[in-house]
Amino acid sequence: MAFLDRIASAFLLSEIRSGMALTLRYMFKPKVTINYPFEKGPLSPRFRGEHVLRRYANGEERCIACKLCEAICPAQAITIEAAPRADGSRRTTRYDLDLTKCIFCGLCQEACPVDAIVEGPNFEYATETREEMMYDKAHLLANGDRWETEIAMRLEIEAPYR
Amino acid sequence: MAEAQLNTYSLNFGPQHPAAHGVLRLVVELSGETIERADPHIGLLHRGTEKLIENKTYAQALPYFDRLDYCAPMAEEHVFALATEKLLGIDVPRRAQFIRVLYAEISRLLSHILNVTSAALDLGAMTPLLWLFEEREILMEFYERVCGARMHANYFRPGGVVYDMPAGLAEDIGKWVDRFPSMLDDMETLLTENRIFKQRTVDIGIVSREQALDHGFAGPVLRASGVPWDLRKAQPYDVYGEMDFDIPIGKHGDCYDRYLVRVEEMRQSLRIIRQCLDKMPEGPVRVQDRKIMAPPRAEMKKSMEGLIHHFKLFSEGFHVPAGETYCAVEAPKGEFAVYLIADGTNKPYRCKIRSPGYVHLSAMDMLTRGHMLADIPAVIGSIDIVFGEIDR
Repeated sequence: MAFLDRIASAFLLSEIRSGMALTLRYMFKPKVTINYPFEKGPLSPRFRGEHVLRRYANGEERCIACKLCEAICPAQAITIEAAPRADGSRRTTRYDLDLTKCIFCGLCQEACPVDAIVEGPNFEYATETREEMMYDKAHLLANGDRWETEIAMRLEIEAPYR
Repeated sequence: MAEAQLNTYSLNFGPQHPAAHGVLRLVVELSGETIERADPHIGLLHRGTEKLIENKTYAQALPYFDRLDYCAPMAEEHVFALATEKLLGIDVPRRAQFIRVLYAEISRLLSHILNVTSAALDLGAMTPLLWLFEEREILMEFYERVCGARMHANYFRPGGVVYDMPAGLAEDIGKWVDRFPSMLDDMETLLTENRIFKQRTVDIGIVSREQALDHGFAGPVLRASGVPWDLRKAQPYDVYGEMDFDIPIGKHGDCYDRYLVRVEEMRQSLRIIRQCLDKMPEGPVRVQDRKIMAPPRAEMKKSMEGLIHHFKLFSEGFHVPAGETYCAVEAPKGEFAVYLIADGTNKPYRCKIRSPGYVHLSAMDMLTRGHMLADIPAVIGSIDIVFGEIDR
């Protein structure tokens, strides 16, 4: 009997028919694709995207040039030089981040004791040349100003876990 | 001029062939369409990870493990974290162990979904890939919610995991686990009994039990040959010992059996994930030893002691007592292991990585000899080649 069944299903293409019927059913299911530049997928507050350097509410930059991020960076993408400022406080004179080297491991933001360097929610920073990927301090601070509201919100949500 | 008799000719399969699963260059000696000899050439994705790790602290070395088998990143982190913990002689909090097992199984699903569907794609079946990659996307979202990256997680650390799971994530994973089996059933409707798929895979690339053991196979490729060997059962790590799951094995050791074993393993992974979610205890996810894992931020901001530990750990890192260990996990592709030698400093003295793909690829000649040229994609798909781990 099993033999006859096998012969019958072989000649009637039963497994191909059931496969076809299934694909036909899928045609009527709602689409899962999104219209990317206009619609975007969800991002969690932990998402590690483009780096920013943050400021305090009074406009003072947070970074105190402790160089922990430079020390922990596995890809050695961060270069910092520091000197005392005119008012005597120690700040970075140079904060270079080579985004072509960066592996987005998130260790710099874990290391930062003042939440100055943070990997923000932005992932749309593609450039046409490699040189544009070498970020300097001014670029990172400008990034920080642009994303500050969102980053502050993300850090607040994440605070209990960190 | 005398007519020359051409018996065989050689052909380059790859390194840019879409069915070569990465940068495999396979030099095949053909007689007509029959393979006389297959010679894999590797090294096109070599990044010197092992040597690189000798110059990195233990914390810095961990992200490089994500980049070995990039189809299942957390499974690779797992082995390095376990090896370091073994040398340090520390116990990980129970909640961290459950999270690790949960995410190791999600990694297994990620890897098996990619492998099964792309192997089917190589054989001409495009639909399963389109369906299951949507599910894979959801799994990557689970990755992203817990660690912040869809693939290169840097989540498991020596001494636990870096952050606890965010609220609501466990429920979402639970809902997905209930839903996913129907997707697997749909995929099986298209593939398992399909005559075209069977004609391309049944009795192709047969590995006998003895051959599999002689070549040092592991994982689904070994189990498809009928050897019930799974490190999760044989030498349980983390909380695998408490999990209830079965090891599927095959009978014939051909490409079709390897496909069936992977599909059944996905179902078993779902069982493990469900148990992890049900049994997961509350508690810390990082060891409380401040010499190994940095204190939470609130403590670092308030206590001088905490700040000193924070600075010490993120600049110098922790020192690992001198010793050596071989530590292996059951990665989706087989036995993935590191042989780690510590010399008492903050950097490993030597880190040898044992990747399952390397062993499986080295058997390409044995697997394909006597088959047709068109069987090569079927064999490559069934032994689950990922070049990140083969070339390291």
